[in-house]
Amino acid sequence: MSAVLATGPAGDTEYEPPAEPVAGAKRRWWVPYLQLLPGGVWLLLFFAVPVGLLASSTLWDPSGSLETGYEMTWRWQNFSDGLQTYAPQFWRSLEYSFIATVACLLLGYPLAYAIALKGGRWRNLMLVAVIAPFFTSFLVRTLAWKTILSDHGWVMDVLRMTPFFGPDDRLLATPFAVVAGLTYNFLPFMVLPLYASLGKLDPRLLEAAGDLYANPIKSFLRVTLPLSLPGVVGGTLMTFIPAAGDYINAELLGSPATTMIGNVIQSQYLRVNDIPVAAALSFILMAGILVLVTVYVAVSGTDEVV
Amino acid sequence: MAVGLVVLAYMALPVAVIMLLSFNKPDSNKTTYLLDENGVHWTLDNWTNICGGADDMCGSLWVSLKIGAIATLIATVLGTLIAFALVRHRFFGRSALNVLIFLPMATPEIVMGSSLLTLFISANIDLGFGTIVIAHVMFCISFVVVTVKARLAGLDPRLQEAAMDLYATPWATFRRVTLPLVMPGIVSAALLGFSLSFDDYIITTFNSGGVRTFPLFVWGANQRGIPPQVNAIATGMFLIAFVIVAVGQLRSARRSRRAAAS
Repeated sequence: MSAVLATGPAGDTEYEPPAEPVAGAKRRWWVPYLQLLPGGVWLLLFFAVPVGLLASSTLWDPSGSLETGYEMTWRWQNFSDGLQTYAPQFWRSLEYSFIATVACLLLGYPLAYAIALKGGRWRNLMLVAVIAPFFTSFLVRTLAWKTILSDHGWVMDVLRMTPFFGPDDRLLATPFAVVAGLTYNFLPFMVLPLYASLGKLDPRLLEAAGDLYANPIKSFLRVTLPLSLPGVVGGTLMTFIPAAGDYINAELLGSPATTMIGNVIQSQYLRVNDIPVAAALSFILMAGILVLVTVYVAVSGTDEVV
Repeated sequence: MAVGLVVLAYMALPVAVIMLLSFNKPDSNKTTYLLDENGVHWTLDNWTNICGGADDMCGSLWVSLKIGAIATLIATVLGTLIAFALVRHRFFGRSALNVLIFLPMATPEIVMGSSLLTLFISANIDLGFGTIVIAHVMFCISFVVVTVKARLAGLDPRLQEAAMDLYATPWATFRRVTLPLVMPGIVSAALLGFSLSFDDYIITTFNSGGVRTFPLFVWGANQRGIPPQVNAIATGMFLIAFVIVAVGQLRSARRSRRAAAS
């Protein structure tokens, strides 16, 4: 539940402050430091330090507890324990979020394209329509999918008329429902960066392509798609990263067979209270995502991401 | 274009379902989200008796509102200051600060929530209202910075220079020229921060102790049975937010039309 309005049109170019101070700006050197001090300290104290602490807690001895405290024993085995026991959930998380990201791309690109290039004066209204579902609670929206996909709902009735679904088949509590939930919930994260990127596309380039005898498909593949690549990269990252760690969709729409690594981490922390193993799992998740993201950004050859 | 509209309809579908369900009377709280074959049992009870569903539902709503207000206030102030520092000045450590601001947006919530929990446990800090506020401010700051920075960076510096030419002091320039021009960015950053805070589940659940916010209530109620008033509350939130955004859009449209006409 994160970056929605932040990736606005001006959000992806790095602004360079003026070489000389703006007229009237205080020239005292300590002003910027004073300005960034409260927020910077907050982020350091409550983001950077905790993440570092998380890293060190991965090596604690799991035989401790919340009351007795944990001992730092450099127990690298926590990582291998976690990986061995919960490898299926890890793979499942990566698999589900990958499919959901691809689905978001297939759904979100046409929508962003329509808003940016064909929206005209309806553009702002359509953008509001994209963001509007966020005004209801994330949990309640996911629960609404339970209603939509429920065994006696219209969707299932229609699907049962096709030869693919028998009278006993259901969609709830299947991987399909979890992926559908993930896709739905993270769609705006894909649409907005794509829109930001497509919105900067100069329509005269497409006209020029047409003048040079390119048909619509070719103009799309050779002009629009490459120019919108930063948006594609940004959108897929903003979708994949939170989706990989999500567990709400798996809990509300899935079954014990579809648990993702997020479910495991949450239960290890809050129910079983096995902090070191849970921390190790968190760390592996974050490291795994970082590796995938770095490779992806390097391969796609763009450093304009947000 | 047609595909785009279909996708928009897909996105609106659960919202429509929630609105529908807010007028539905389920057999029991456990079947709130399972419409049976008879369809909707129309009722206005969920709206007239909006706090009756469960004892702590409206209490959790109030907690969420309080936390949202406090966290938004702190995060907006801190984030706006950082945005000003980043846009107006060159200073040592700028790129490191940019990384520090970008990272919370890119980290999975479960990692942020669990690492904060680890900090609070290690420092023996009691979990509760305060820790929730700390967590919410933490993840809102980045979004505030990005939003305000975008607005601030787009301002024409000549407006400030003109003010200085007209003998305005730096403070007066800030108060009467800069601040009003940046205010839309600050306002939308605050709205964004509030909605992030109000709707947050994952980070809150790790740092809440016994305190229940509205999302935490809904999650807990999922086991026992969710009162149908939840749908009325969700619909209400949607309508309020929709009106706010629509009014904002209309006002900016009217302003730009007036500016174009003159």
